[in-house]
Amino acid sequence: MKKPLQITVNGEIRQFFAEPYCSLLDALRDELLLTGTKKGCDEGDCGACTVLLNGQAVTSCLVLAHSAHDSQVTTVEGLADHQKLHPVQQAFVDHGGLQCGFCTPGLIMSAVGLLQENPNPTEEEVRFAIGGNLCRCTGYNKVVEAILAAAQAMQNKLKA
Amino acid sequence: MPRFEYLEPHTLRQAVSMLQQHGSHARIVAGSTDFLVRWRTGVWKPQYVVNLQHVPGLDRLSYSPRNGLRLGALVRVRALETSPVVRQRYPALAAAAASFAGVQVRNLATVGGNVCNASPAGDTLPSLLAFDAQCRIVGPQGERWLPLEQFFLGPGRTALQPAEILAELRLPPPLPNTGSLYIKHSPRGAMDISYVGVASVVSLQDRGRVCRDAKIALGAVAPTPIRAASAEAMLRGQTITPELLKRVAAEAQRLARPIDDVRATGAYRKDIVAVLTQRTLERAIEMARGAEMPFEVQRRLAVQAAF
Repeated sequence: MKKPLQITVNGEIRQFFAEPYCSLLDALRDELLLTGTKKGCDEGDCGACTVLLNGQAVTSCLVLAHSAHDSQVTTVEGLADHQKLHPVQQAFVDHGGLQCGFCTPGLIMSAVGLLQENPNPTEEEVRFAIGGNLCRCTGYNKVVEAILAAAQAMQNKLKA
Repeated sequence: MPRFEYLEPHTLRQAVSMLQQHGSHARIVAGSTDFLVRWRTGVWKPQYVVNLQHVPGLDRLSYSPRNGLRLGALVRVRALETSPVVRQRYPALAAAAASFAGVQVRNLATVGGNVCNASPAGDTLPSLLAFDAQCRIVGPQGERWLPLEQFFLGPGRTALQPAEILAELRLPPPLPNTGSLYIKHSPRGAMDISYVGVASVVSLQDRGRVCRDAKIALGAVAPTPIRAASAEAMLRGQTITPELLKRVAAEAQRLARPIDDVRATGAYRKDIVAVLTQRTLERAIEMARGAEMPFEVQRRLAVQAAF
């Protein structure tokens, strides 16, 4: 039977009902209609469903929705400031860090999670941080370039 | 998919009584990273899922020079990776955590979950064994302590009795002049299961020439993670030489009883045990002699990927 829960998603308190066995991923997509977060493998291996849970990157397919009750969740829909893309999103556009785009929301959320913890990562640290995100198109080089460029842009903005 | 009810106890006592009430129909979850995969594939079909995340204090990580490291069962694998005190005093454990899955899974998965799943290839297990972890187990009769070495009975099988819960792990403080490292050999550099994992902890005396104590633990080469006791004994009290390390590595190789599976043949795994035992010992000895080894370097060493 569906039971009530409350999650703050992208800064907005959302109250809804979900089955006890519903994953956070299915709750976001099917109950809250936030389909930016993708379902790839549904077993934690591909990283397409990455969101920030209380500020930390997690695979939302491995989280029970009810265990996220009273938590803060950020999805890819929560990054842009109205029409202005988040620096990580902008860098993926500028550096061609995507092709088919399916893994992109997950990669972007992993990158945002990394840059919150480590605003000035080395290339090795970027590659380590996206080890849990599979991309079958890009070969990752342009993804890594985009994340390093986003870090630079965010640093420059802080200094300005 | 079979459905389940979701329960969130607020004390360990409450969790134990839920397990008593529902018996084999209930399953404990912590990070739920293993659980949800096995539930979706139909391997586990509990009617009740008991999530421990709201039991206060279970996610506590603390260290004191007197009592060593205390890890609540719900300490995240990511916390083991990033904790300064774990990196400083128990480097093999921090390296093992860094070799574990990917960041997103490490942010969910817990040390208690990794232990209770009792996979022979569990990445934190060789390091926990090599640091002589003790388990605090809570159940209907109160609490008891058990060495981690006696906790594993077989693949996925543990010494937990019905309605018992692993509450905490304690790792004694390391001796002075101790170094340690975990190395995992796996197909991919991230998100993969090891062919073999080896953790070595070495304590030195006499200005770093003589081994005071050594612990070696092997993962993925037996039905449970194992200590290589006879290999350790060859080192204790001995002057360290390259020849001795080779003989110790050969003894660890002899103890390994790996299976052939989709990842590797048993014969290949046995060869790798010797290589990783020698490598972890050499690095642990360097660290015990005071060599600086930044965490980034340990992390690089910790995963030796085939592809």
